[in-house]
Amino acid sequence: MTVEFRKDLFADERDDNLNEIGKPTQRQDALGHVTGRSPFFDDHLFDGLLHLRCVRSPHHHARIRSIDTSRAERMPGVVRIVRGQDVPVNLNTLLSLLDFGRDDEPLLSVEKVAYKGEPVAAVIAETERQARDAVAAVRVDYEVLPHVLDVEEALAPGAPVVNRAYPNNSFDYHDKYDHQKLRFGDVEAAFAQADEVVEGRYQMSPIEQAPTETNGAIAAPETNDRFVCYTSTQALFFSLGTAAKLLNVASNRLHFIGGTVGGGFGGKVDSLNEPMAILGCMLTGRPVRYVFDREEEMQVGAPRGAERWYLKDGVMRDGRLVARKLTGYFDSGAYTRLSSYAIVKCTGHIPGPYTIPNVHSDVFCVFTNRTPATAMRGFGVTGVDFAIECHMDKVARAIGMDPVEFRILNAYRDGDMKAHRREAKNCALIECAQVAAEKAGWPIREAFRQMSSLRDGGGERARIPHTVTDEHGRIGERRAGGTATPARPAAPRYAAMPPAPVAATPPAPPPSVSPPVAPPPVASAPVPPPAASPPAASPPAASPPAARPQPAPPAVSPPSAEPYQPSQPFQRGVHRPGAGRFSSISGTRRR
Amino acid sequence: MALHRGRGVATINYPIGMNLGGDPSQALVHSNPDGKFMVALSSIDLGQGMKSVTRQIAAETLGVPVQDVYVDTADSDTGPHCMGSFASRGTHRVGNAVIAAAKEARAVMLEAAAEELEVNAADLETDGQGNIHVRGAPQRSITTGEACAAAQFKQGRTVSGRGIFLIPLSDVDPETGEMTPVSCYAHAAMIVDVEVDDETGEVRVLQMNSAYEVGRALNPRLVEQQLRGGAWMGMSHALYETTEPYYPDRGHGPVDFNGYLMPGPGDIAPHNIAILERPAPDGPYGGKGPGEMCANPVLPAVANAVFDAVGVRVDELPITPEKVLRGIRAQGGARPQRAG
Amino acid sequence: MARKPLQFTLNGSDKAVFVEDGRNLLDTLRRGVGDLSPKYGCGQGTCGCCTVLIDGAPHLSCLVLAETVEGRSVETAAGLAGAALHPLQQAFMDNFAAQCGFCTPGMLMAAKALLDRVPSPSREQVVEAIGGNICRCTGYEPIIDAILDAAGRSAGRRSA
Repeated sequence: MTVEFRKDLFADERDDNLNEIGKPTQRQDALGHVTGRSPFFDDHLFDGLLHLRCVRSPHHHARIRSIDTSRAERMPGVVRIVRGQDVPVNLNTLLSLLDFGRDDEPLLSVEKVAYKGEPVAAVIAETERQARDAVAAVRVDYEVLPHVLDVEEALAPGAPVVNRAYPNNSFDYHDKYDHQKLRFGDVEAAFAQADEVVEGRYQMSPIEQAPTETNGAIAAPETNDRFVCYTSTQALFFSLGTAAKLLNVASNRLHFIGGTVGGGFGGKVDSLNEPMAILGCMLTGRPVRYVFDREEEMQVGAPRGAERWYLKDGVMRDGRLVARKLTGYFDSGAYTRLSSYAIVKCTGHIPGPYTIPNVHSDVFCVFTNRTPATAMRGFGVTGVDFAIECHMDKVARAIGMDPVEFRILNAYRDGDMKAHRREAKNCALIECAQVAAEKAGWPIREAFRQMSSLRDGGGERARIPHTVTDEHGRIGERRAGGTATPARPAAPRYAAMPPAPVAATPPAPPPSVSPPVAPPPVASAPVPPPAASPPAASPPAASPPAARPQPAPPAVSPPSAEPYQPSQPFQRGVHRPGAGRFSSISGTRRR
Repeated sequence: MALHRGRGVATINYPIGMNLGGDPSQALVHSNPDGKFMVALSSIDLGQGMKSVTRQIAAETLGVPVQDVYVDTADSDTGPHCMGSFASRGTHRVGNAVIAAAKEARAVMLEAAAEELEVNAADLETDGQGNIHVRGAPQRSITTGEACAAAQFKQGRTVSGRGIFLIPLSDVDPETGEMTPVSCYAHAAMIVDVEVDDETGEVRVLQMNSAYEVGRALNPRLVEQQLRGGAWMGMSHALYETTEPYYPDRGHGPVDFNGYLMPGPGDIAPHNIAILERPAPDGPYGGKGPGEMCANPVLPAVANAVFDAVGVRVDELPITPEKVLRGIRAQGGARPQRAG
Repeated sequence: MARKPLQFTLNGSDKAVFVEDGRNLLDTLRRGVGDLSPKYGCGQGTCGCCTVLIDGAPHLSCLVLAETVEGRSVETAAGLAGAALHPLQQAFMDNFAAQCGFCTPGMLMAAKALLDRVPSPSREQVVEAIGGNICRCTGYEPIIDAILDAAGRSAGRRSA
């Protein structure tokens, strides 16, 4: 376990004789941390503090017919129940503060819910326990709607509309396209010339930021007709602005205090807790605390969005990458939040830190009926880098080249033109690769140990090539069937809720869905280049990669007479049909 | 029935700050009459050391010892606007705003000292120990405290400064994607050694060797904190974490840390880090932000190492023992990619 | 809701507070007594942020019924320092073992419980002692180093 500073590299670009910079100075907050005195948002005491908890949807997608809070209102300790109608401006999108995107998400839903866990009402009570009990007593009458959970299915014609502001289930870019394009050169011509073409498909599931401190805010009346809000936010003014907008209150009536947060990792920018807590404070005149418990933090709090990537590289036998084509799908979940921005950030990152003369990408922000995604460490970049770097490995092996040398060869150098048409500068990929290889004892040839980010760039590599563009994927085309879409399985996998079996004795096994299977090693034989195909801007219409079993459509099997045997791990789990996770919180019974 | 070793590499770069720019941060710096400085920000310390790094930057720019500077954040009543702590923007944007504010405050402090010493401010320098003296004549000197007291009570100057920093907003072309994403990038290379059990599919990370290029290690211990913690998170992301284990099915989502797996203190691997510094021309003292890119290269490096060990490509995260095992069985056994 | 009196010792001081049935110790310490050092991370006993010592043994205060500490001695991170920092606190600082600081109070108490019993632990013993404390920031290595460092310093002092 070592740390070394390679001061020898780039030394002539630095002045290392500074007073305070470069010193291992003790953290300003270290003493507070070890004495337990660092003031996190929840480390403030209030007289008369009330606790807020939300009533949440147990369904992926449903219309709200009615909400009956009469029983909850009468329960001990309940001070106020908050409904969507109580929210002054009940529709927003985070990036409206930057004038980007349409308002699509209510603070408390009124007409429909689009993800499991979406809040439809809030209960404010004297204790957290009383709030939980009252939440359980709220009855919501839902009309369950078909839902969609797969990004490619969501883009196909006929998929349920998840987000009414975006009826094609994808974010609208530039009022023109349902995705963001990157076009640099002519990939199809390059594939035709390449010695090898390698394809791959990559998938990342959602993950949690999982800070040890959950999202939360405490709002209290201040002395002067203002509201103070202690918050765990990562973006103080972002949250303040969002609260001011949703609550229709002048921004200078809000006093936000934060700055000391127990881990964020991107999961504390959504600004859901602050407006809700302040609203509760406005409606009750008392301090109100709204904090996610860990279960909410995990399944209701926004995760890193899942991503799916299709890559196709063209490479010459001498190791030069000549073309890279990518199609990426970001799973934004039910609402936009920040995913719209991630797509553009991702596009600016493609094709990675390499100089490739022909690059083509389409990246989609797709809406599905799941918890909305948000930022997480590496937002917009982590997923595509996983895909690119796994793919680099496959390509290197396809031509029998050492994976480190392959990267050094193709690395960008100062002066190269990048695919988004800006000059590369301040590069250091080659040096990092060389140093890491040296540390790990990974031998690379002398020629590669001599390469440098400062040499051999620019010139021919600074050219902007003749570029093939297209107008595929205009907004609405895909849904109308006008653009080639991925082949759909014969029966939609997640189109409808399976009816609850009535079996009274042993619970029925769940619909058989195979967990993802690791695909067999990708064939290294070159894929024949397509002949005179039009520049394909749409997701691949070809059949999915070979030999990859597709999960079977849901089928409700008859109840099993035998107890559950774990001989096939994870193919069947314990499943009690009819009882969703949140159905004990808000009843699913119909009137 | 064997343990197979493999190694994998990944190299990445990382854009610093919000994409397309337009993400400003402001800073205010002011002193009390004792020459102690306060930096007021609305930026957020998530643990990455925002308060500490901006303190050092302010002290360096002001020319005073770090003990004479405190950073106060975040209070919207007293702190100026900041977009927030995300996108690895903090060091770069907030750091630059602090430099601008500190420069202004320093200029006033030197003017005040110049008036007391009856010289030109341009002839003065600070020694970083709390003194201001004439260049070449160190005995003609005054403390920063004396200068600030004189400014406050005698001269009527405010030893304070304001700063804002943003990268100009860029457009993005709908047809080609042309854009100016950011102004600088950090870099990393990661080599991971793993051991795969071909009977259980379990993957154990044995060792990580990395090189990270961060522009300038403003505080070497804080940079090390980020890189170590981030690489751990990358390992966790690669092998353990998911909120939807059967994505896109939502079943069996974890609801507590028993179900949401992360490597514990007994699962960590030794990580040997090298830090490179190629200063960003527009970074604060050249600093870029290491906070996000530290995790990214681990994910594909682990996947590539697993392939090297047993010949199984797991292209879906997380790389669970089940996926590895199914892959091994599907190909009729482990296929280590390297001899010996 | 009926409330009962509860008396216990917190970091050496006598405390008296009224608690409702079912109230947990974490909430009682934080909002009942005003000791904000133990933290709420999960409320499910899986993260360790709420770790306190009860009669010297580590407990997850979010899962402890407040009434069960009647007459007993409770220790939290807020009580570790006297005129000087506890060696563990100093070692955490010197080894840069805290970033966001949220897991730190619980981590310190778990470590203290170990060092009070095993003054010179092996690395494996340290790993086991903090195995129930989640840290999301540091990657654990600096924390392990800090605990071993603190043990070494105390050993140094004892043998001096």
